[in-house]
Amino acid sequence: MSMNEPPAEIPRLQSIRIRVRAVLDTLGDRAGSLFARFAPLLRQGSSLALKPLLVPRDRVLAPVLPSKSRSGAALMLVIAIMTFLAALTAGAVHLVADASRDWSRAIAREMTIQIRPAPGRIIEADIEAAADLARRQRSIESVRIMDRREGEKLLEPWLGTGLDLGDLPVPRLIVLKLANGPAPDLSGLRAQLAERVPNAVLDDHRLWLNRLKLMADSLLLIGLLILTLVLVATALAVAFATRGAMAGTAQIIDVLHLVGAEDSYIARQFQGHFLRLGLRGGAAGCLAAFAFFILGGLLLGRLTNTPGMEQVEALFGRFSLPLAGYISLVIIGVLVAVVTGVVSRVTVYRTLRGMEQGQ
Amino acid sequence: MSEFVVEPERLPENWAEEAQPDLVRFENVGLRYGIGPEILRDIDFSIPPQSFQFLTGPSGAGKTTLLKLVMQTLKPTRGRVTLFGENVGQMSQSELARLRRRIGIVFQDFRLLDHLTTYENVALPLLVQGREEASYRAEVIELLRWVGLGDRMHVPPVILSGGEKQRAAIARALIAQPALLLADEPTGNVDPGLARRLLRLFIELNKSGTAVVIATHDLALMDMIDARRLVLAEGALHVYE
Repeated sequence: MSMNEPPAEIPRLQSIRIRVRAVLDTLGDRAGSLFARFAPLLRQGSSLALKPLLVPRDRVLAPVLPSKSRSGAALMLVIAIMTFLAALTAGAVHLVADASRDWSRAIAREMTIQIRPAPGRIIEADIEAAADLARRQRSIESVRIMDRREGEKLLEPWLGTGLDLGDLPVPRLIVLKLANGPAPDLSGLRAQLAERVPNAVLDDHRLWLNRLKLMADSLLLIGLLILTLVLVATALAVAFATRGAMAGTAQIIDVLHLVGAEDSYIARQFQGHFLRLGLRGGAAGCLAAFAFFILGGLLLGRLTNTPGMEQVEALFGRFSLPLAGYISLVIIGVLVAVVTGVVSRVTVYRTLRGMEQGQ
Repeated sequence: MSEFVVEPERLPENWAEEAQPDLVRFENVGLRYGIGPEILRDIDFSIPPQSFQFLTGPSGAGKTTLLKLVMQTLKPTRGRVTLFGENVGQMSQSELARLRRRIGIVFQDFRLLDHLTTYENVALPLLVQGREEASYRAEVIELLRWVGLGDRMHVPPVILSGGEKQRAAIARALIAQPALLLADEPTGNVDPGLARRLLRLFIELNKSGTAVVIATHDLALMDMIDARRLVLAEGALHVYE
């Protein structure tokens, strides 16, 4: 407001002046002398001229709620920890989902034909016939017949080494690599095999793929479940903290109501505070999760060639979060902050209503 | 000037009274807590604009409760309460807040907020209306200076004396220029000299147009002035004009 601007509040001020002149008359000499001092200014209607003398213009008013009722270091820590856990879960889901997609892709591009030895059939001739049928398929890029030695080697983990498997009817395998492009027509190949090589079984690894998909889906579900639990726990913690803060300021809320504050005004005081807590806690948890994944990636990157790492890589693929993973961490941080703000607002309104009804 | 202009002298003599309904009207109001007996019953009274009255009765008669009913921080269990001509029975919280802004209240225990300065306490009714500080700063400072708290503006209420607290509480009740001032035992915590001066203050405020209700059981105070009395006894209210 500028000094030269005509004061819009003049009628108001005059009215106050009349009343307060009465106060002066009754409250003694000190106030009377003050009035005498400022009366000329007031008569000119330039009471605004007093302003700069008395209160610095940019002085920030204290918050309407006392700071002790709004302290929330513990709550912020809870929110940060919750966010961190939720973000870890989301990151892990991303890593596993990526890894399972890689596995699926690798497995889906390979099939095998298994030829079982059968009485009255010459296995080598069956292998050639099956391989020949496979080669004629346009969608199959390459066909490789595993020789008997290779087949026996696959059994070594179960049967041990140094055994002569010559007398055992060990099935033989043909590995088919699929070309990129649309999925091959397996039913045609299956029918031809059944007709010409009845002891051959075409295995498209669908069972494994289904299991992988199930595992990936379950992990996603568990991730969502944990995220939901974390959000619910955060909401409950915020609701309790808000109620606690309000219980400690019941008298102040009472005074605010009596001087004409609307519930929305009171709610804003609490909500703003808790939203800030939520944003800070969410950001802290989010940053911790960022640090975890970045440092984890760097650290494990150095150990890539150790046998232990191969196991980790087999499960998680490379331990590096994709961009979408980092984005979901940020989304979780924001989500936690929003939940904090909304829950505190709802709690304040409900508590205020309860206070009114309880009076 | 055109013939349609109404000359002031042609207005009916009582036009102002017609235009202004009672500030407060209680009709057949009763209050009970839970299933207990009625602690206030069949309360009928009104507070006309610019009137001055004492609300009195022995301690525990329900003076503060009646003030709470006026402020609508307590809801009656029966009867009808009208504030500024509006029935408050089914009023929303925000409508009530709007009406409360036209009533100033001074509590016996002052109820100043200790974490705020005197200046901020007095400015509170304007602050909660969402007004910018720049728009009311001068008013608050004027009022504080006039109640003799100009040099105590930036101190918290805890270091104010009883009389200073009382004046700060009165300034807070007046800052939004209420049409009605309710004072609950305003002289209960101050010495007789200040009590007399406060009474004169309320009388002067009333002369400038504010309706005043002083709840007190101080007979000496009431004897100082011939005013309307609302007497609460055994749950009933008797009005002595």
